[in-house]
Amino acid sequence: MWEYSDKVKEHFFNPKNAGVLVDANAVGEVGALSCGDALKLMLHIDPVTEIVLEAKFQTYGCGSAIASSSALTELVIGKTLAQARAITNRDIAEYLGGLPPEKMHCAVMGHEALQSAIADFRGEVWRPLHEEGALVCKCHGVDAGVIERAIRENGLSTVDQVSAFTQAGTGCTTCYEQIEDILARVASEVAAAQIVEISEEVVSSAATTQAPAAPRAGAVNLFTAAMRPASAPAPRPPAPVRPAAETSPLSPASPPSAGMTNLKRIRLIEETIEDLRVYLRKDGGDCELIDVDGSNVLVSLTGACVGCQMASVTVSGIQERLITKLGVPIRVIPVGRNAH
Amino acid sequence: MKAIYLDNNATTRVDPAVVDVMLPYFTEHFGNASSAHSFGAEVGTAVKTARQQLQQLLGAAHDHEIIYTSGGTESDNAAILSALEALPDRNEIVTSKVEHPAILSLCEHLEKTGRAKVHFIGVDKVGQLDIDAYRAALSDRVAVVSLMWANNETGTIFPVEGLAELAKEHGALFHTDAVQAAGKTPISLKDSAIDMLSLSGHKLHGPKGIGALYVKKGARFKPLIRGGHQERARRGGTENVPAIIGLGKAAELALQHMAEEQGRVRELRDRLEKAVLQRVPNCIVNGDRHDRLPNTSNIAFEYVESEAILLHLNRGGVAASSGSACTSGSMEPSHVLKAMEIPEAALHGAVRFSFSRDNASEDVDRVIEALPGIVEKLREMSPFWAEADKKTSDSKPVFA
Ligand code: FES
Repeated sequence: MWEYSDKVKEHFFNPKNAGVLVDANAVGEVGALSCGDALKLMLHIDPVTEIVLEAKFQTYGCGSAIASSSALTELVIGKTLAQARAITNRDIAEYLGGLPPEKMHCAVMGHEALQSAIADFRGEVWRPLHEEGALVCKCHGVDAGVIERAIRENGLSTVDQVSAFTQAGTGCTTCYEQIEDILARVASEVAAAQIVEISEEVVSSAATTQAPAAPRAGAVNLFTAAMRPASAPAPRPPAPVRPAAETSPLSPASPPSAGMTNLKRIRLIEETIEDLRVYLRKDGGDCELIDVDGSNVLVSLTGACVGCQMASVTVSGIQERLITKLGVPIRVIPVGRNAH
Repeated sequence: MKAIYLDNNATTRVDPAVVDVMLPYFTEHFGNASSAHSFGAEVGTAVKTARQQLQQLLGAAHDHEIIYTSGGTESDNAAILSALEALPDRNEIVTSKVEHPAILSLCEHLEKTGRAKVHFIGVDKVGQLDIDAYRAALSDRVAVVSLMWANNETGTIFPVEGLAELAKEHGALFHTDAVQAAGKTPISLKDSAIDMLSLSGHKLHGPKGIGALYVKKGARFKPLIRGGHQERARRGGTENVPAIIGLGKAAELALQHMAEEQGRVRELRDRLEKAVLQRVPNCIVNGDRHDRLPNTSNIAFEYVESEAILLHLNRGGVAASSGSACTSGSMEPSHVLKAMEIPEAALHGAVRFSFSRDNASEDVDRVIEALPGIVEKLREMSPFWAEADKKTSDSKPVFA
């Protein structure tokens, strides 16, 4: 039997808010009989203030599934939807004084039920993450999307941890190798994002003429810190930056898209450079995509950009933007127009 | 409140009489059984006596057919690997989908590493072997057939003597994992076609870390653990003397208590089962009604998850198990119940109650008192139960 904290036992033996909520106006349902656990979360939300007035649950599952559901309702009552949306599986587990690693998926189920209920309230359809990407773990129907999200959000670095959060790999274990591959890919992507993060700190600190800032609170977790490659460049000294801080191209971008085809990748590079050109042209310069060779992006700088002492800064600005967009390490190399 | 132990298929309490006979072998009789001097000789004699006690339990023709091992898992591994080595011109194994992990994971490994082709034979709804599929898998390419005597989760008993005869027709060696059966059901190997049999001390009120492998005289055998000449060079390593003495005593006692196991213990089990089926709707007893260990009851409660039941039972002082203890660390539903294709609603709700001669009638009363309320409470919390009530016809007990 599992080692459960007293809080888990308390919420299991005397669950809070178990049962049906008749006047629920937001319902989230996840799991299935075949999976061995399922949770139906029912919320009564004030339509004006968007505060969760009541929450109840029905759960089919083990001790920690029931305790997690109970904890979730306690966490969510009295919160605004915006606050509720921010509740993660970790919050649920922490509230319970921790869960055995093998049972973390129970808290994940709670998190998903909450997202589903919020979507229901908004009249949206919540897309369960179990429909993202190729199926990796056939035993538990866990796909690449779920695994990747669990790795990123929880800073996972081993197959065992992935299993604990997603159940993938706890059956026949034939999916181990695939999980390892995803771990390796995400690790390299996180490392690349880390480079961008450092660069951004430099850019923003340069803009305010301060020394390189410490990483943003909350932005770097233990995982990303651990994943930082030894070869990660040291923060550059503050320098005047042409694409100023308020120019939108260098502001944080949407999360990197993974698993894209070559064609899509090249298109995304094209689009990104096209967007940047608007700003470069304003400054009397220009930049044209010449070729994409693996992770090398060859560009030609023209107009005011050529020979400009800021050329290298422009190049690194483009590079950072591309890394953020693509989520993989990219090198931007300026070449002459006739290079290819 | 007295704690009630109903998880005897996981392990049993060591009988006090077993502990008594073991103790002097830690202190007074500490000699090495292989030594030539009097310290050793005395111990050697006791080890031989234990071997004879096991011979009796198994109805074996000779005491030297017994090899001491570290337990059921080692015995199982030794049997399969020995057969592959002893019959090098054969590379197939026939086993079932419901074996203990000691067999299954070894077979999967052998298959994965290309050392053997394995036929995993399926079972029916009560856990009985698919005989047609078994016959079809047999050929002169099969080195060894390994089929359990009794299933650890459901108690279903395979007709191993007959299955062994079929294997013999193809010249294959026949091994049976009798870890759950030994001591609970009569065994007579003398005139059977069974070549090898595994058993384990701690399942029959003996100590942990000791077991035995029976190898019929004349059957081909290659040791798993090589070293000194212990066990007639069939298993190297200094004998675990106190444990061996304990195992021998446990075997002797098991034989003495066999009638009780088949009588009083069976009655306790049956009374529990009947009462639960009467008082709790939508549950299924898993296993073969006719050929089943007398001490094992596997009851699946639809629309609830077994761990939740076990936690409540445990708080009420009752220790039971979900499926088998060896795999309860994993999230997967039992491979045995999956192979039996029991209804989805019941797959995750199976609780195993396994009795022993230590149990009394009051133990059953306590479970009967507590269980219906626990299941009801959990079902009320389940999102599936309200709908489930309307379709009870789906969930007829396998037998009731
Ligand atoms: S495929 Fe993932 S555990 Fe079986």
